[in-house]
Amino acid sequence: MHSAIPAVLTELSALDLSRWQFGLTTVYHFLFVPLTIGMVVLVAILQTVWVRTNDEKFLKLTKLFGKIFLINFAMGVVTGIVQEFQFGMNWSDYSRFVGDVFGAPLAMEGLLAFFFEATFIGLWIFGWDRLPKKVHLATIWMTVLGVWLSAYFILAANAFMQNPVGYQINEVKNRAELVDIGAVLTNIVAMNQFPHTVTASFMFAGAVIVAVGAYHLKRKQFVEPMRTATRFGLWTVLLGGIGTVITGDGLGLAMVQTQPMKMAAAEALYNTASGADASFSIFTLGTPDGVSELFSVRIPYLLSFLSTHTLNGTVEGLNNLQAQYVQLYGPGNYMPVLWITYWAFRWMIGLGMLSALVAVTGLLITRKWKYNLPNWVWNVAIWAVPLPLLGISVGWMFTEMGRQPWIVFKLMKTANAVSPGINGVDVLISLIVFTLIYGVLAVVEFKLLVAAAQKGVEEQAVSEDSDKMAVAY
Amino acid sequence: MQLNEIWFLIVGFLFIGYFVLDGFDFGVGMALPFLGKDDTDRRVLINAIGPVWDLNETWVIVAGASLFAAFPEWYASLFSGFYLPLLLILAALIMRGVAFEYRGKGHTIGADEKKWKSRFDLMIVVGSALPALLWGVAFANIVQGVPLNKEHVYTGTLFTLLNPYGLLGGLVTLTLFFTHGLIFITLKTDGDIKDRARALATKVGVITTVLAAVFLVWTLIAHFSVLGFILTALAALSLIAALLANHLKREGISFSLLVVTIITAVGSLFAALFPNVFPSSTNPAFSLTIDNASSSEYTLTVMTWVAVVMIPLVLIYQGWTYWVFRKRVSRKSIPAGSH
Repeated sequence: MHSAIPAVLTELSALDLSRWQFGLTTVYHFLFVPLTIGMVVLVAILQTVWVRTNDEKFLKLTKLFGKIFLINFAMGVVTGIVQEFQFGMNWSDYSRFVGDVFGAPLAMEGLLAFFFEATFIGLWIFGWDRLPKKVHLATIWMTVLGVWLSAYFILAANAFMQNPVGYQINEVKNRAELVDIGAVLTNIVAMNQFPHTVTASFMFAGAVIVAVGAYHLKRKQFVEPMRTATRFGLWTVLLGGIGTVITGDGLGLAMVQTQPMKMAAAEALYNTASGADASFSIFTLGTPDGVSELFSVRIPYLLSFLSTHTLNGTVEGLNNLQAQYVQLYGPGNYMPVLWITYWAFRWMIGLGMLSALVAVTGLLITRKWKYNLPNWVWNVAIWAVPLPLLGISVGWMFTEMGRQPWIVFKLMKTANAVSPGINGVDVLISLIVFTLIYGVLAVVEFKLLVAAAQKGVEEQAVSEDSDKMAVAY
Repeated sequence: MQLNEIWFLIVGFLFIGYFVLDGFDFGVGMALPFLGKDDTDRRVLINAIGPVWDLNETWVIVAGASLFAAFPEWYASLFSGFYLPLLLILAALIMRGVAFEYRGKGHTIGADEKKWKSRFDLMIVVGSALPALLWGVAFANIVQGVPLNKEHVYTGTLFTLLNPYGLLGGLVTLTLFFTHGLIFITLKTDGDIKDRARALATKVGVITTVLAAVFLVWTLIAHFSVLGFILTALAALSLIAALLANHLKREGISFSLLVVTIITAVGSLFAALFPNVFPSSTNPAFSLTIDNASSSEYTLTVMTWVAVVMIPLVLIYQGWTYWVFRKRVSRKSIPAGSH
């Protein structure tokens, strides 16, 4: 059917291109999600304080960070549609095999959460002059509920791919069928992934608030509201950071329990080790795949402790697991790409730690409301903003690539999941289209966000005429 | 009634809901170059759907997810088979959604406001017209049947879908949504723009009526059923009555009748489809039906409970939103010097 197309194009692999496309669209989508999850709560808190105290400073901050939230929210929504469509478009054999199970949390997300958040965010944006003050405040809290529920259902769906539960294989229909929705929704991976995602999202939302505050304090403008914003943001980053460590520890334990290969790949641990030998390398010089090591800084017992919460615990190595999996699932390579998992795991932790460190330092030097600081200090606060976001991105790359070669762990390989009917040319076209659109939008979105942040707070005119739209496009 | 029959109805309901709601958004977007004489006019048009377009669009996401959960085989075969049309729809929806949010923000980054807005307005027009056309092409082809092999994998190309019946279906939804949007404008705005929308709705409506009549009769002949006949007749009658009401300046009645038209017209397509969900033109034995495409009994039971509880709630709070924003928009409601 594509006889006119040169052979070099028809040989393009729909599988490889689909994987690139999924990676691109998912990482891109998740650039917008953390700010949504975190910022919606912070905006709701700011508005609540305003309603309670009537201090106009908080109204100004609510509007400013509300605007930033909305510029970002729009991108999250439109890129989210792609996420849902491409399971069917690019991964139809996956959809056929697990749709009976995987579709349920997705449809629940739509019916229970997504309708809810889309409706209430509309009421919040346009309802400033149409709704009584307290009802309007309720709409942002309803949005919080919708956003968080939405995140939970999506993470429950993802958790099924990491740790399939609540299903049974129907041999006749050759598919996995749902037998226990409760098990799917209380998947140990979802229960740990959700708080980890939320706390990390707080870190990023907090860092954005800190950056905006620092930008204006450096210029000595809007000093009163921006001091409040900066401290609020710093505390959010720090508390989010502490939460991320605690929840990350829980997620690590769940990972060892459900996907030992991923933990082994995180440390590039070839041979099973226990006690002091199960050390965690914080820095390694050597070949990137860890096959041979030139120099490393190692903390003995740490890997054992992270994996089992005991000093003498045993951590299974890659080679043992590989041998086990070959016996169970037939010949093949069951290890993820090690240099990616090894370094992604470290960068995730390192970036998060660095961000929390900036926050602690910031809290110390701005205590007692001291704000006469040299410019470079403010610049650090401003430029620290991408740290949590990058940490979140590489964290997801670790989680998703550490699952390979499986699309559903131990149940279905990624290579068997791609749509049989699509060809490389179609996927190449879509990959190019998404890359171009996403690239252009990234530039526009970034510029608009920066412009909104730099403008700062605005005087809030009290609108008497409810005929006029407070927010016009 | 069996659970998979109930889910056929729910999926139909969600897609109909999507077409009723996002249909008029598409129409308003398409009306920009026709009714938006200056920037204030264009802002009136966009503000008329401002608070609701996003929640209208969520209907397609929920419809898609419900298809995935209730009929995974249908979702898988349809979405992979219609790869390129769906890509175009996605690209269009992304551009349109972003354009609504960003068109008024060019001044914040020092862009040439006129150029910036005209670029985003073009994205709104294309981003509205393209899905309005392609959804019709897609649904007409679903009803007509497409080449599916034994594994239910689509074996055609993009051009297989561009057949006379499919293209006619696309033109019907394009013009129908355009009319729907124009009548929504008469309902939601005031002043000169309302009169111009009414006059244009009559013209577009006549074209819609001719196209829809041919398409629906064609569908009825190919897939006759009593229910299909009743729905088709209702669609035709309500469309003509809607145009009459529009002519008599009864925009509320006209809009309601047009909602009935969309419900019955799309309903007649689902009636023509039943009990198939994705018929194969290669061999009828390869068709996907509500039996071989559906999820297990357990999944359908769980999802039925969720749908039965949630859909009425969704209708209530979305209805409340429409009530909150019921006020008409006019040139007077756009503050001077706004962007």
